Formats: sequence, C-alpha cells, structure tokens
Amino acid sequence: MPTKFASVAAAFALLLGAGAVSANEGGHAGWQRKADNEAGNLPSLQRGARNFMAYCSGCHSLRFMRYSRLAEDLKIPEDQRDQFLVPAGKKYIDYIETSMPAADATEWFGKAPPDLSLVARSRGSDWLFNFLTTFYADPASRQTGVNNLQLPGTAMPHVLASVQGVQNAVWRNEEHAGPEGKPVATRVFDKFESGVVGSLTPAEYDEFVRDTVNFLQYVGDPTQLEREGLGIWVVLFLLMFTGIAYMLKKEYWKDVR
Amino acid sequence: MSAVIEGKGGFRTWLNKRLPVDQFVADQLTGYYAPKNFNIWYFFGSLALLMFVMQIVTGIFVTMHFKPGETTAWNSVQYMVREVPYMWLIQPMHAVGASFFFIVVYLHMARAFLYGSYKAPRELLWVIGMLIYLALMAEAFMGYVLPFGNMSYWGAQVIINIFGTIPVIGPDLVDWIRGDYGIGDATLNRFFSLHVIALPFIIALLVMLHLVALRQVGSNNPDGIEIKEKLGADGKPADGIPFHPYYTLKDIVGVGIFLTLFAIVVFFVPTFGGLFMEPPNFEPANPTSTPEHIAPVWYFTPYYAILRAIPDQRIGALLMALAVVAFLFLPWLDRAKNKSMRYRGIASKLLLATFFVSFLVLMWLGLKPADPLYVTLARICTALYFAFFLLLPFVSKADGNGPVPERVTYHAH
Repeated sequence: MPTKFASVAAAFALLLGAGAVSANEGGHAGWQRKADNEAGNLPSLQRGARNFMAYCSGCHSLRFMRYSRLAEDLKIPEDQRDQFLVPAGKKYIDYIETSMPAADATEWFGKAPPDLSLVARSRGSDWLFNFLTTFYADPASRQTGVNNLQLPGTAMPHVLASVQGVQNAVWRNEEHAGPEGKPVATRVFDKFESGVVGSLTPAEYDEFVRDTVNFLQYVGDPTQLEREGLGIWVVLFLLMFTGIAYMLKKEYWKDVR
Repeated sequence: MSAVIEGKGGFRTWLNKRLPVDQFVADQLTGYYAPKNFNIWYFFGSLALLMFVMQIVTGIFVTMHFKPGETTAWNSVQYMVREVPYMWLIQPMHAVGASFFFIVVYLHMARAFLYGSYKAPRELLWVIGMLIYLALMAEAFMGYVLPFGNMSYWGAQVIINIFGTIPVIGPDLVDWIRGDYGIGDATLNRFFSLHVIALPFIIALLVMLHLVALRQVGSNNPDGIEIKEKLGADGKPADGIPFHPYYTLKDIVGVGIFLTLFAIVVFFVPTFGGLFMEPPNFEPANPTSTPEHIAPVWYFTPYYAILRAIPDQRIGALLMALAVVAFLFLPWLDRAKNKSMRYRGIASKLLLATFFVSFLVLMWLGLKPADPLYVTLARICTALYFAFFLLLPFVSKADGNGPVPERVTYHAH
C-alpha cells in the first residue's frame, strides 16, 4: 500500500511539476532580470499607480479597471482620488481609458498602444520589468530613435527617457561555426553604458519600474491578495475536514479483515 | 427486498410506496458489494464524478455572466471576474477544474491499464468510459475557445483545420463546423450551445450508463480476480464489503485530499505556470497576431505532438485520430488470461511502462516548440505509443497466464 501510494503521488507530482518546469524558462542574457516586486506592498502599488497615471495613461488604457476600484483597493482617500487620479471630464466610476483616439494613435505610432489591463498576465511581470529597463539609443530606429532588448523594433518611444535617461548598448561579436565550418559572427549584447542622464539614478529607476510593474500586476489580477487570504482558510478547513473524514473511515474500517 | 418498505407507516413508507428510495439505496449502495482491496488508484472514479458536478455547478454561474459572440465573449469574462461578486473565484474554479478533471480521468484510465479493468466482462464499461473521454475532449475544447482569448482563437484554428485534411469533404466540413469562413460569431455561438447543453447532457447520460454497467459487472480490483466467484456463508462475496458505508467514507477522505490540492491551485497558482491558463489567452483573440508558438492545453498535447511528428499533415491527422480510437479496442487487443499487471510477466510490465512514459513524454513535447530534436523525440515516442497496441496481443498472450491467488490481497490496517 505505501508503495502504491508513492507511485500515484509521484504521478501526481509529475503532472504538477511540469507546470513549475515550464514556468522556469529563459533567463539567458545579462539584461534579463526578475521584477522582484512585492504584491502586497501598498506604498509600492500607490507609487506604481502614480507612475502609471503620470507616464502611461496618456496612451494606454486599463479598460477593465475603474478609478473607484483602484482607489478603494490601494487605500487612496476619496479627496486624493478625485484630485490626482481622475482626470478632468471623467467620473470616479469610469473605467481608466485613454482619451487618445485609436485612429490617431495608429497613424502616429504605426499601431494603437495596447490596453494594459492584462499585460502582466499575458507577458509576465519579469517581461514588463525588462521591457521598461532595456530601452537604448538606436539611430537605426528612425521612428523613435530608440530600440528595446525585450521587444526589438517596438513601436513605443522611450516615454521614461526623462527619468531613466537614454542608455547606450554595447555589443560584441561572437563567433560560431557556421555552415561548412566557416566562422560566422553574430552581434551579441554585452552591457549598457550611460548616455543621456535622467532625473533618477539607475537604482532609483529600477525601483520606479518595479513599482510600476507591481501596479500592473495588481491591475491584471486585482483579487490576488483577497484570493490568497481566503485560500489559507479554505485549505485549513479542507485539511481539518480530511483529518476528521480519515478518522471516521478508520473507525468503520476496523471491522474489515 | 420488499422488507424495506414494510414499516409502521409514516412518511418513509408513504414515500417508498411511490418512489423506491430505500430500494435504490439498498441496490446501489448498502447492497452493492465492492472488493475490499481497493488501493489509491480507486479514488479517481468518484473524483471524476465530483469534477463533473463541480464543472456543472460552476458552469451554471459562469453561463449567467458570459456573453457568447466575438465582440462580447472576452469582455464578459473580464467583467465577471472583476465586477461580479465571487466570480473571481468561480470562473477560475471552472477553468482550473477542466485541468483537474483531466488529471483525474487520466489516472482513472491508467488504473484500468494497470489492473486490466477493461477485460471481460467489463468491455462495455471501458467502451462507455472511452466515449465519456471523447465527449469530454470535445467539451473541453469548446470551453477553451469560448472566452475567445488569443490562444482560444489560434488553438481553434489549428484544431478545426485538422478536419480539413479529410479527403474530399474536408474543406466543406471545416466551414460546416465553423458556420462561417472564419472563426467568429457563428462559431462561438454554436460552441456555446454545444458546451452548455448538448455535451453536458451526453456526458451525463454516458456517466449514468457507465455506473449502471459498473453495477452490473461489479468493480475490478488490484488483483484482477472476480470476487463474485468466492461467496461467503451469507451468499455475499467473501472479499466484498458494502459500498456504503465503507467506500463512501473512504471516498470522502479522497475527496478531502483532492479538494485540498485543488484549492491550493485555484487560490494560489490558478494559471499553474501557464499550464492550466496559457499566457496568450490573457490577450483577446487577434487574427492578425499569432502567438509565439501555438500549443493546446496540456491534456491534448500528447495527440498534438503525434500530429506534429508526422511530416505529412494528412497522415499525421489520421495517426492522431487513431491514437485516441485505439483505446476503444483495448479489451480485444489484450489476450491475457489474467487481468492485473501483478500477475503478468516482466514483458507486459515493460510494455505498459513504455507506453505510460511515451504518453507523458508526448504530453511534454506537445507543449514545446517543434525543434528538430523535439520532433525526432516525438517520432520515437509516437512509434512506441503505437507499438504498445500492436505488440499487446502477442505479449499479453505470452506472459499473462501465470497463477493467481484465490482470494484478494488485503492486510487489515
């Protein structure tokens, strides 16, 4: 019986483990970092909301999130909500939608800036962190003058240039054995060099992005904390239930020989 | 059994004269004798029933707030999980529930492989079970398309187009399934109808038949010997115990452990690392933007890996269909005298182990991009997968005939 249990438990663990493995991919080059944001950190979420409203909301919507819900969840008092969060012409009950017309946006950027309600769930927090930290000057990009390591050829300009500054990418050549044994050189990212300086130090900027990503993660899954809070009780209840059910079963099965 | 109705009168007698409640309980639960040596593999039948009920109940609530249609489906799902009280819990329960349903069903099927539960006299029980599995795959596929995320769209595109490889009628069949020349309103509305009405009804009916057939032939057990052949002094199977209270109580323990695992996933890791809910499905369907690589949900990936392993699309589709249909013939492919793997030779055990491993590796490969190395591995596993069905008649005939014990193996705890 214990061996049977072990084999089934192993099968279950294998199925469950596959998820953990598939979540752990990537992370090859030096520019890829973990967002390391803290989901329950209220001040961080509030700063992230401020950053989003100041730098992102001009172009990007959060069309499934209302100003009121945001303020309530992030414990922003009503007077501050109406003063800082809700733009003129909008009501607090409205969804956070940009006033930029999509048709104009398509003309200006080549594509309309996407809605960011669920971007943290489709891309992941680490992706967002790396996207916002790896803009670099690229004269070859005639539209925006910048490029991005996480999303090469992105249509988005470096909106945060005033805070981060504009960094330069340093590349090196790496030789591989190509077809017929001839060495082929490919350009590989080496490191960033500071170019135009922004208003924040690199460490401060990382924090700035971390807060913003944290905020977007909250917007993508606003019930995460509530869910986990309830989950602890549900799991505790179920464990207790299982324990009692087991004792009852044991009592009855005493008769079986 | 008329004794149960003869009482002093009162409500119970009144009721039983009109509706055979006591008779039903006596026949199905207290009077149904199951082998006493069930092990952990025997939890998954009742757990599958639990998952079916859970999907129906959560589905009722999801249906209240869901709006099929290409412009409304995605928004209605986002709206319900964000603005309708407790739908942030019920909708993920439904989505995660699909994966847990399949975990349970696959383990339930594996049990039948291990102990020969599909062998005579349980062939029909197995075939009905396989029909449930087929209906469940259709149900899960359509349910996956309904929220109309980008993976819903592209997954549906791939799967529906498989039907296009059927000679002559293929292209027309694809249009007929979609109800349009592309996946849109017509497709979503008919999938919704099938997902919430037709298929749940079919599955419920098949589950009922599955249970009736089970009561008729009785449960198999890890030793694969028939308890009905050894009766005790009371005329009941000597190695049998009444399903109620023994197995109802035991199953409740299984339910407790299972729901604990389920709750851990639903509350703490609902996407399960992108396995139960895939990241591209958090973007609305977009016919102009293909996800980096399209993979169906994990429970379809063994077959998807087989499809991709074959260079010729038509043969690939045929093999994929064959991989599912082959299960139906298992009772007749297995020619061993003994049912349980416990009393078969090492060749049978190795053959089955190879099959289990190739199925799991194919499952993993189906989630991966089609790199050359992965495709080669998928071809090997596809060959091993079918080798199981081709070799089974010979291997089982050769080494499945050893002695079996007279009574089931059971150690009182």
